[in-house]
Amino acid sequence: MAMLEVKDLHTRFRTDDGVVKAVSGVSFSVEKGETLGIVGESGSGKSVTCLSVMGLVDQRNAELEGSVLLDGQEILNAAPKAMRDVRGTKMSMIFQDPMTSLNPVKSIGWQLEEAVLVHHDVTRKEARKRAIEILEHVKIPRADQRVDDYPHQFSGGMRQRVMIAMALINNPELVIADEPTTALDVTTQAQILNLMLDLQREFHMAIIMITHDLGVVAELAKEVVVMYGGRVVERAAVDSLFTEPQMPYTWGLLGSLPRVDVIQDRLQQISGQPPSLLRPPSGCSFNPRCEFAMDVCRQELPALEEFHAPEHLFRCHLDEETRREIWAAKQAAMAAEVTVG
Amino acid sequence: MGTFLIRRTFWAIFLFLAATIISYVIFFMIPGDPAQLACGRACTQEDVARVRHFLGLDTPVYQQYGQFLWNLVGHQNLGRSFTNRQNVNYLIGQAAPVTAALVFGGAVFWLALSIPIGVLSALRPRSLLDRASMIFVLIGISAHPVWIGLLLSFFFGYKLGWTPIAGYCNFFGAAPGSDCGGPVEWAYHMILPWCTFMLLFAALYVRLIRANVMETLNEDYVRTARAKGAPSSRVLVHHVLRNSMLPVVTILGMDIGLALGGAIFTETIFNLHGLGQQVITSYNQLDLPVIMGIVVFSTIAVIVFNLIVDITYAFLDPRIRLS
Repeated sequence: MAMLEVKDLHTRFRTDDGVVKAVSGVSFSVEKGETLGIVGESGSGKSVTCLSVMGLVDQRNAELEGSVLLDGQEILNAAPKAMRDVRGTKMSMIFQDPMTSLNPVKSIGWQLEEAVLVHHDVTRKEARKRAIEILEHVKIPRADQRVDDYPHQFSGGMRQRVMIAMALINNPELVIADEPTTALDVTTQAQILNLMLDLQREFHMAIIMITHDLGVVAELAKEVVVMYGGRVVERAAVDSLFTEPQMPYTWGLLGSLPRVDVIQDRLQQISGQPPSLLRPPSGCSFNPRCEFAMDVCRQELPALEEFHAPEHLFRCHLDEETRREIWAAKQAAMAAEVTVG
Repeated sequence: MGTFLIRRTFWAIFLFLAATIISYVIFFMIPGDPAQLACGRACTQEDVARVRHFLGLDTPVYQQYGQFLWNLVGHQNLGRSFTNRQNVNYLIGQAAPVTAALVFGGAVFWLALSIPIGVLSALRPRSLLDRASMIFVLIGISAHPVWIGLLLSFFFGYKLGWTPIAGYCNFFGAAPGSDCGGPVEWAYHMILPWCTFMLLFAALYVRLIRANVMETLNEDYVRTARAKGAPSSRVLVHHVLRNSMLPVVTILGMDIGLALGGAIFTETIFNLHGLGQQVITSYNQLDLPVIMGIVVFSTIAVIVFNLIVDITYAFLDPRIRLS
């Protein structure tokens, strides 16, 4: 049994302009100790999916449907108390911007201790000891002194380390990282990713890595979910996704990776804008931007089909022959660019 | 801390000089003859001239200002009233406690009302309470203190007889010529003025607190706190309130400082002999020393309260250091 199983998750927000379908029928699962990458553009619903799993979407104007099983236990729309007991202990979250994700008027130590104290019946002194210990794990130098510092006294990378420490302090089984390196500069990004890999080996927690960076996914994840317009459009093992992608959007994502071995006047891009989740296009939500769109794409949403193995799922109306030809041509074109370069 | 204090001291001196000089200039630009007013209607030309000389009004303005500064700095003396020769230090010593009682008591009242309402309506936007409080805010902001004061005085004081209609009682024992005194009588007489103040300021503060709390609720660190599994009450107290009250401290300090200069309308309605009423009386009599005394007092109040705000702020917000 998977540790986390998300089945047919729908998240809708009521707004003044109408209902925003942020997540529509998303399913995936994460095994113990493994890493799942969720990839997509801004607004593809990847963050909302994870906030829904954590129970952190604003309950007052959101509707959640489907099922989220954590160790076989239903947690979607669970009672607030039950949800609080799970958050921080069984699963925790690292957010995108470490600059704003820490309370500016409380010391780092206080905020780490709080994470311990709300779940465990221990003294503040013991909680503090645990806080220093975990800060050492995330490689904060002089942790026993820095524990009393305030967030503004830390650099961005150090703050993200503190956020990671806070997520790990109660030994969760699952850590959801929502673009943890996006706000950091490139050298720090690699440090943080390596740190997360080391910690995963040490703590054996599963990770859901939300990102729009396919490079990060290739490095960390075992399985990848590609999201577009609030839906899963492709789901595969990481090798399979990079070698035989089946969906035009994934082709676009792979094609838009900047490469150092190729001279490119312009970076490849997927033209057009992500779809409005308020009034999504009919049929396949990618059809307005898809260079291969057919009439059927504008009328019917393609089902999530299996490609050879049940582990590789995708949505596309193109037949297998055509998809293979197009991907082969794209790869040939990319290879040609390499030779030219 | 050292440089901070030095800079603040210079700033305070500058502010004090600016406030007093501007008051002097304005006073002498106003048409009217203080000597004539002080002397009375029956005075002859020679009498007025004698009074003018006696009050020092026949010397140039800068000389008068210099004399005023010298008396104040050298002797801590604000001079004597033009009209009744009373010591200005004494007059202010009588009036300031009344105004202070009004302002501080009122501040307690308006905070006690606006913090819960502001927080609750931020937590439940568009709820019945939120809408009701917005109507209250609109009334409070639009209504004039005189109108609020008169209504309160009429209904609770005159119609229902629950409170005194007007007047002031000393906190410590009865003042000479007055038959009431003591903390209970004092508070009993102050209830309506406090309520007037409360309605005026609570409206502004409800808006301010509501906006701040709503903004803070959307902060990332509040989401972090919830992601830790902290209960909502804990998130509210430790993460939301602490941060959203920071700007309120600033505004509160400035409002108290300003209000100490005299709550003219409220004092007039409830016949409280505070600084506001005193300044109106003195202005009508062109009683320069008393006016200047009150200007000095309120300038100091503003300076002191801004200093208190800054020091409090440094305690509340670790990002700010006094340097």
